[in-house]
Amino acid sequence: MAEVIDRKNKITRILSHLFLMAGTITMVLPFFYMVGSSFKPPPEIIAWPPTFLPKNWTLDNYLTLAEKAPFVRFFFNSLFVSAVSTLFILFTSTLSGFVFSKYKFPGKNFLFIIILATAMVPFETYLIPLYIIVKDLRMINTYQGIILPYAVMSFGIFLMRQNISSVIPDELLDAGRIDGCSEWMLFRIVVIPLSASAIGALGILAFMQAWMAFIWPLILATSREMYTMEVGLAMFQQRFTIEYGGVLAGSTISIIPIIVVFLILRRSIIEGMTLTGLKG
Amino acid sequence: MRQGVSKWSLERKRRTFCYLSLLPVFGIFTIIRIIPIARTFILSLTDASLISLKSNFIGFENYKNLITDDLFHQALVNTTLFAFSTVCLSVVLGLLLSLLMKRKTTLSPLYETIYFLPVITPMVPVAIIWKWIYDPSYGLINYMLSWFGVKPIGWLVYPNIALWAIVILSVWKVVGYNMMIFLVGLRNIPSMYYEAALIDGAIGANLFRYITLPLLKPILLFITVVTTINSYNVFTQVYVMTTGLQGAPGNTVRVLVYDIWENAFRYSRMGYASAEAVILFSIILLLTLVQFKIVKSES
Repeated sequence: MAEVIDRKNKITRILSHLFLMAGTITMVLPFFYMVGSSFKPPPEIIAWPPTFLPKNWTLDNYLTLAEKAPFVRFFFNSLFVSAVSTLFILFTSTLSGFVFSKYKFPGKNFLFIIILATAMVPFETYLIPLYIIVKDLRMINTYQGIILPYAVMSFGIFLMRQNISSVIPDELLDAGRIDGCSEWMLFRIVVIPLSASAIGALGILAFMQAWMAFIWPLILATSREMYTMEVGLAMFQQRFTIEYGGVLAGSTISIIPIIVVFLILRRSIIEGMTLTGLKG
Repeated sequence: MRQGVSKWSLERKRRTFCYLSLLPVFGIFTIIRIIPIARTFILSLTDASLISLKSNFIGFENYKNLITDDLFHQALVNTTLFAFSTVCLSVVLGLLLSLLMKRKTTLSPLYETIYFLPVITPMVPVAIIWKWIYDPSYGLINYMLSWFGVKPIGWLVYPNIALWAIVILSVWKVVGYNMMIFLVGLRNIPSMYYEAALIDGAIGANLFRYITLPLLKPILLFITVVTTINSYNVFTQVYVMTTGLQGAPGNTVRVLVYDIWENAFRYSRMGYASAEAVILFSIILLLTLVQFKIVKSES
């Protein structure tokens, strides 16, 4: 009897591994196809039957990329926008998280509810008035304009509030106050160092969020110099439907930094994203 | 007495710190969220455009016009079809995968990483790869189908098929996320529940029906709500995969956010597009409430 169950278990386990393996292949196949093809000379890219690995390896698609469109500029724009957005989010989230977790003041709950409630409204639904406001501020086609909606993050405030209230004991803050620290100094010398790991995790999420943004930079960047990597790629593939080599090389370049970071910080990224409801 | 005064001034100092710290944060929140959300409703009652600064209050005229707008209808139907199928497929597949992966093995970290890979990849390059995989003459999918004698399909050429092609891509992209959240939930179910049920003689399907599913309900709700909201706001993959295809705009799979974007930023009909945005918002709000209701009434 026990043997039968054992065998049945073994078969189920093997079957489930087979199923998971098949899924794994489906997940990575598009990536392999893209990276492999980006090293093919153009005629081989559109050869029939399609192949995964190039017969003749070439770097041409990458080397000529900068001539076809200002991808260096796109890459820099994405990097700059994401970095500044991340810095803003880290600062505003840590400071507000500190205030919301360690102080009592009138209107506290109301303000916190506003932060969470406005995050429930999808960005796409209030895009138009936001655009008009940014236009009135004369920020169309500027870095400030592209960054503005990504300067604060409701989830970041929520995360830092949770973290600070569990990691930093009130006694420590009181001890600091007795030693003559101002509230601001407490924030700088106690709160920031002690919540460093949460700040790091939030930083990755904030960076990825800004890097992946599409519809907002698409609307805001009216000249090519202001395109982010995502917008630049989308425009480039629209204009040159035949230029597969360049499109594939550009896509590979835009994906690789994120995949490398993901493989290094896998655990904290997965944890962070499953906690947040943040999607890709 | 002196003590009281200094305590009070200390309290005031702390409050000042709180309000001063929150001031810039709420300044930004007001500019980028509160005002725009409120103004969407107001704009939807006007004939505002980008070009003319003056706009007139026209009541519910925009909404009336939307009722007879064929493109809007098309967008509404397409988005709903897209959202419904993406949510169903990605939730069922995600749950199935998480059940298979529940037992921790040496391969678990590998599976988790690989299934999560599409989730962290930006949508534009992903949509570009898939656009190419779907290519009618050079694409991988048609090549694989040709092994089974299937004739080449113009995946992205016809809007009806293209919609399903985009569903497949979107499920591929999001399924790892749903799986991961289910997995967290599954691994948090204390094993004593299963042991108790096993003693009572429960087997396979019954365990799932009476133990796993009820305990996963909050997570199921969370995933369904998040996936529904995201699916109703689908834009990037549609934009990349179906616009400018051989220069023919007729191939576009029209979805709500695309229609909003086109009306607002191509035709400069800000008021009209805002009315659409209000409808999109109402649909999402309604669906979220309904999903909460269903889960509550069942438990």
